[in-house]
Amino acid sequence: MNELSVIINEVSRHYNKVIALDKISVSIKKGEIFGFIGPDGAGKTSLFRILTTLLFPHTGYITIEGLDVVKDFKKIRNIIGYMPGSFSLYQDLSVEENLNFFASIFNTTPEQNYHLIKDIYQQIEPFKNRPAGKLSGGMKQKLALSCALIHKPEVLFLDEPTTGVDAVSRKEFWEMLKNLQNFGISIIVSTPYMDEASLCDRVALMEDGRIMEIESPQNIQAKYPYLIAAIRSNNMYDIISDLQEIPKATSAFRFGDNIHLSYKKGELHKDEIVNFLENKGHKNISFDMVEADIEDCFMELMNKN
Amino acid sequence: MSKEIIISVQNLMKKFGQFVANDDLSFEVYKGEIFGFLGANGAGKTTAIKILCGLSTPTSGKISVAGFDAYTQTNKIKHNIGYMSQKFSLYEDLTITENFRFYGGIYGLNKKQIQDKTKQLLERLKLEDAKDKIISSIPLGWKQKLAFSIAIMHDPKIVFLDEPTGGVDPITRRQFWELIYETAHQGITVFVTTHYMDEAEYCDRVSIMVDGKIIALNSPKNLKNEYQAKSMDEVFLKLTRN
Amino acid sequence: MQLFRSFVKKEFYHIFRDVRTLLILFGLPIALILIFGYVVTSEIKNAKIAILDHSKDKITTEITNKILSSGYFILSENLKSAKQIEEVFRQGEVREVIIFEPEFSKNLSKTGQANVQIITDASDANTANLILNYTRAIIQDYSMSLNKIPAQSIKIIPQTRMLYNEELKGVYMFVPGTMALILLLVSAMMTSISIAREKEMGTMEVMLVSPLKPLQIILGKVTPYFVLSFINAVTILLLGVFVFGMPVKGSLILLLGESMLFILLSLSLGILISTVSPNQQVAMFISMMALMLPTILLSGFIFPIENMPPLLQWISHIMPARWFITVLKNVMLKGTGLLFVWKESLIMIGMTVIFISMSVRKFKVRLE
Repeated sequence: MNELSVIINEVSRHYNKVIALDKISVSIKKGEIFGFIGPDGAGKTSLFRILTTLLFPHTGYITIEGLDVVKDFKKIRNIIGYMPGSFSLYQDLSVEENLNFFASIFNTTPEQNYHLIKDIYQQIEPFKNRPAGKLSGGMKQKLALSCALIHKPEVLFLDEPTTGVDAVSRKEFWEMLKNLQNFGISIIVSTPYMDEASLCDRVALMEDGRIMEIESPQNIQAKYPYLIAAIRSNNMYDIISDLQEIPKATSAFRFGDNIHLSYKKGELHKDEIVNFLENKGHKNISFDMVEADIEDCFMELMNKN
Repeated sequence: MSKEIIISVQNLMKKFGQFVANDDLSFEVYKGEIFGFLGANGAGKTTAIKILCGLSTPTSGKISVAGFDAYTQTNKIKHNIGYMSQKFSLYEDLTITENFRFYGGIYGLNKKQIQDKTKQLLERLKLEDAKDKIISSIPLGWKQKLAFSIAIMHDPKIVFLDEPTGGVDPITRRQFWELIYETAHQGITVFVTTHYMDEAEYCDRVSIMVDGKIIALNSPKNLKNEYQAKSMDEVFLKLTRN
Repeated sequence: MQLFRSFVKKEFYHIFRDVRTLLILFGLPIALILIFGYVVTSEIKNAKIAILDHSKDKITTEITNKILSSGYFILSENLKSAKQIEEVFRQGEVREVIIFEPEFSKNLSKTGQANVQIITDASDANTANLILNYTRAIIQDYSMSLNKIPAQSIKIIPQTRMLYNEELKGVYMFVPGTMALILLLVSAMMTSISIAREKEMGTMEVMLVSPLKPLQIILGKVTPYFVLSFINAVTILLLGVFVFGMPVKGSLILLLGESMLFILLSLSLGILISTVSPNQQVAMFISMMALMLPTILLSGFIFPIENMPPLLQWISHIMPARWFITVLKNVMLKGTGLLFVWKESLIMIGMTVIFISMSVRKFKVRLE
């Protein structure tokens, strides 16, 4: 399992003067689900286009299964599958026609690798005569995935496959990816949804063209240096500005119907905070410790930089 | 919180030929509340929002928005609501101030009002120094906050937010929700759709739509209790996945 | 081959599922041809003419009656002297003046020859040409009927003159011109738009990341349009010949061959346009501004090239349609063979080669 599938070494890319990628280095193992996680504009799409041989890196090099993305781009195009951000399908062709066409450009047929897409395709098969343009977001996503898999790629690149798709479809999509892992395909995926990080084996957290952290999601959460308290009171409007006045706290954010207050272990205590709030006139204060999620870690890393 | 009703929907039906997009929807939204409107893709959310914004006529049902009738007074509705979608609607080649001026003009604000509002809203976002920057040159997070500010520039009674936080970084997302919270506190009703289930937790009440029907409507806390779930994500999955 | 077939099949699906594309492909050519044709044929009814009869004898009266009773012409006035001719044309009502020479009958019976002069206002070239042909035919007819009685041959010689557009560049121009226009429209614009659409939808990205070679992508996109354009060309020719009586004097094979060459030329232009257009709007805009307008204005389709200022004449040399129209006219109307149109053909081949090599070089295997 330690064989490397993709090696990205010191890769930079700029558009005119805007730097999209700034000396990025990542190694991705064979058979791994690897996530590039970051907001829009972090450089994910540029990176994916370089990985899929659509753009040149301006510095550094990338190899995929030992092939160089610049020199061996023709060979690479035979062994990778790519699903761009917008579910690139022919809107006026039916589900079946789309699949047949994408199979044919890889010189194969849907039957040849049907075992690979069977689980996914069966869900959309009842609509196989419907034009792709009339499918729901979730179904489009499944069709696009089927099309990207049809030639049995060794490495699968999915650029924001879950953007704009509802929570249920997203969940199902990730389950499909887990199943694909059993076929030994390396899956490289990008997403702006932080909560999807926990579904990857390892993730790279990206911001402004840089990678802030490469780790397994569990380790990222374990490394979070602060404690987080979820706090409520009877005056939820003023509580945030009050809490932000506590000098030793690192941050105070509204999160759902709570305020998440983060602070270094040992520097603040529950009683201290509750007293502080009571002095400010808050009543019915509730105070619970919560675990940091990837989003908290991401924010902490953003603040550090 | 006062329970003044700002949106009232009774037995809303919307059909496209044979297809029923909205099937007998009934709900009320109160003044100053953050109302989450959730549902899977294709559940009929967009159709319902279009009707509430006066862009589409319902097939049947009694609908009033900000006190106006959704069949006959769509123009008055449009004057009393703000709208912001993921695609922003800011003019990329105009400056921040020019965008404010343009949208203020659309809603019939006079020069003085536009100047005051622009100043006030930019101060709140701490973007006074950037007021002459071209929109295309500013970060995504700023655009999002600006688009929201423009949507509430004319002090609407209700602001509709259609997936307002797609693709932004988490810090901006939290700041954005802080902005929403403040807005609601000022008495503007916020009607929001989102795919981030954790965002549903910010809402005072949440409705969940499946196949054109509203199958749940309650506060996030009550929903979590009712469906014995730890998060809204779980509630959503339990409700929509069968 | 399997790949190629499925590619072409897919392209045909796109075409046949889009009503707008279908309309442009098949509705527009037929509509254009019929509109031009209708405009040309309708005006010939009740054309106003003037007659200057220097003889006023039995035969000239008979000819005049024949012309006026044909239903095509209305007598506007009888002229008294040649000086009036210019004046009636200036007024704009009269389309044609017929002048019988003095002593018409006498000349005819003495020498067996008499002259009648026909002057037409050729500022509207198509109409002028039709009027002229009708008049000629009527006189010819009359002259034949005279011949039946006596044994020796008698000739009435019509001498014709086109005023204002002496070389009559608009003769049957509408069929070759429309054909060039339509082929350019269908081939260049539709191909460039359909390739640009793939870029817009992101499907081009997926194709680039496949083992497909640029040439395969181009061929797959272009073949259906080649076939459809050729069908269009044949339809237009058939309409021209059977509805509007356009002659095909030269070799049909040469005609079709030249049409294919022009289609290829247009397709290569379309591909070139698509390589520089990021989306459908740009492709459309470039096709319109850089192809359609210049073709209509500068190829000699509507305005005779000879009458243009030198700069525009020079520009017209780079209009592909100019050469195709010349070839069509030569082959259809004059019946000339390849010997006389080799220069134009070579120019078209040259343009095709240049455009194709430019677009293959410009067609990127990457996004930059």
